[in-house]
Amino acid sequence: MTVRKLNRGVAIVGAGMSNFGAFPGKTTRDLFVEAFQGMRASVDKGLDPNDIEALYIGNFSSDVFESQGHTAAIMADWSGLTPRPATRVEDACASSGVALRDGILGIASGIYDMVLVGGIEKMTNLPTERVTDTLAIAGDMLYEIPVGFTFPGFYAAMATAYMNRYGATPETFMKVGLKNHNNGALNPTAQYGSTITQVMEKKIERAEAKGRPIPQWDDEMDFLHDSRANPIIAWPMRLYDCSPISDGAAAILLVAEDLASSFTDDPIIISGTGQASDRAMHDREDLTTLSAAALASQQAYAMAGVTPDDIKLAEVHDCFTIAEVIATEDIGFFPAGQGGKAAEEGRTARDGEKPINTSGGLKSKGHPVGASGAGQVVEIWKQMRGEAGERQVEGTLDLGLTHNVGAAGQTCVVHIFERK
Amino acid sequence: MSDAVFTESAYTGKLNEHKLMGTRCTSCGSLFLPPRPMCADCYDGSMEWVELPTTGTIEAFTSVFIGPTAMIEAGYDRKNPYCVGIVKLDEGPAISAQILGVDPTHPESINVGTKVKATFVERGDGEGQRTFLAFQADDA
Repeated sequence: MTVRKLNRGVAIVGAGMSNFGAFPGKTTRDLFVEAFQGMRASVDKGLDPNDIEALYIGNFSSDVFESQGHTAAIMADWSGLTPRPATRVEDACASSGVALRDGILGIASGIYDMVLVGGIEKMTNLPTERVTDTLAIAGDMLYEIPVGFTFPGFYAAMATAYMNRYGATPETFMKVGLKNHNNGALNPTAQYGSTITQVMEKKIERAEAKGRPIPQWDDEMDFLHDSRANPIIAWPMRLYDCSPISDGAAAILLVAEDLASSFTDDPIIISGTGQASDRAMHDREDLTTLSAAALASQQAYAMAGVTPDDIKLAEVHDCFTIAEVIATEDIGFFPAGQGGKAAEEGRTARDGEKPINTSGGLKSKGHPVGASGAGQVVEIWKQMRGEAGERQVEGTLDLGLTHNVGAAGQTCVVHIFERK
Repeated sequence: MSDAVFTESAYTGKLNEHKLMGTRCTSCGSLFLPPRPMCADCYDGSMEWVELPTTGTIEAFTSVFIGPTAMIEAGYDRKNPYCVGIVKLDEGPAISAQILGVDPTHPESINVGTKVKATFVERGDGEGQRTFLAFQADDA
């Protein structure tokens, strides 16, 4: 593989996000303004927004979710940044991961010195079945969706292939959800920031308050096996294997590396970027890996000149619990077939050797699809700078990684971040 | 319509005749299902229709309890889930399709590797009626 390098270094000097959740009455532009203000407040030495030269905004489908197209120019307007060029990037759930890459390329090319990267999605206006239908358009609307595939269905099918080949069980995936809820419980921006134990306690309290029979579970795994509490969505994926329907926005400020010291003494350098595409699932040789994610990772590692062993933590695209298991293999943290076992053994927990999704991941933090990739970067920014509060990972976090997936792996984008 | 048109509507037309047809590149021999108008492997050859084997094996599957609108309209719901999966045709490509002859309410009883045979399902009424490819599991 040819090793590609950026012509000019790129640094993150600010990052912010709205809370992720369900926010009736707020639109994407309101959420984006919150993210923008959070980003601005995070710039250590201050930011004059007039210095921003361009916007790249990841957004999957405001067209359907809010009947609003052409969203990038609106975000430029609401953040006071017209007449700067504003480009919407759409690659399904990888939209803002790819927007980040486009922003990086804009600076590395020499065209811009400062770029604002954003991600936005407002999904909760629609009822669940219409959200399901809207997400489905990221699949193949001629040959996959009409025969009955859904997004939970695609990943559930990968899970059956994975279980068949490697002997994993539905419990393997449940443990990933447990871990991500444990992390999300320490993240104030998370949509479902509760541990599964806390979820169980709330359900018991509610039953008591309403005078209903009190549900009884032996432990968290017993709760997760209860089809009333944790219904099957697409077997073996149950409700607590699936990321929620969310609203949210995130914003990241990129500058040329040689200018970073004007904004902070503690920038996060983008040391690697990779992106790849893939065919529909039925046209793939292997259903237990996302080859585009593996390829994007290899590109990013080669550019950064580092190996998976060097990376201290990662935010990966856990739209479904099986996706996290496969992701940890595709980014090279564990050999094929070992990701599930590694999760079960706690090796990906916050205090494990390879902390994965310390934010709570898409599962617990929320998955406003077009904002999720940028949201991952916000977590890595906070963790690497030691600003992650209660969920701060200990040790020197000099290298971090994000892995963001569109649809069922038809787009994958990976970034590597370095703190010098 | 000329038979050298390799579109989705041409493919659906053949499904309506209960034929499972893909395309083959006349240069490199690559098979494509669904059909494609250009060889994505060698770019060289022209395409020709080829009838594909109707037997295959389940590579991956799921039992869908929360379906899309179209499947809800077809009568499926939480109490009546359906199985959809990826079937690798014997000596041919793989395709996404509904899988019949299994018990979607007990998905743990369905197995990767199960032999299946193509079948054709009619769905919709009047102008909206369409034939869908599906697969039937062997009687176990």
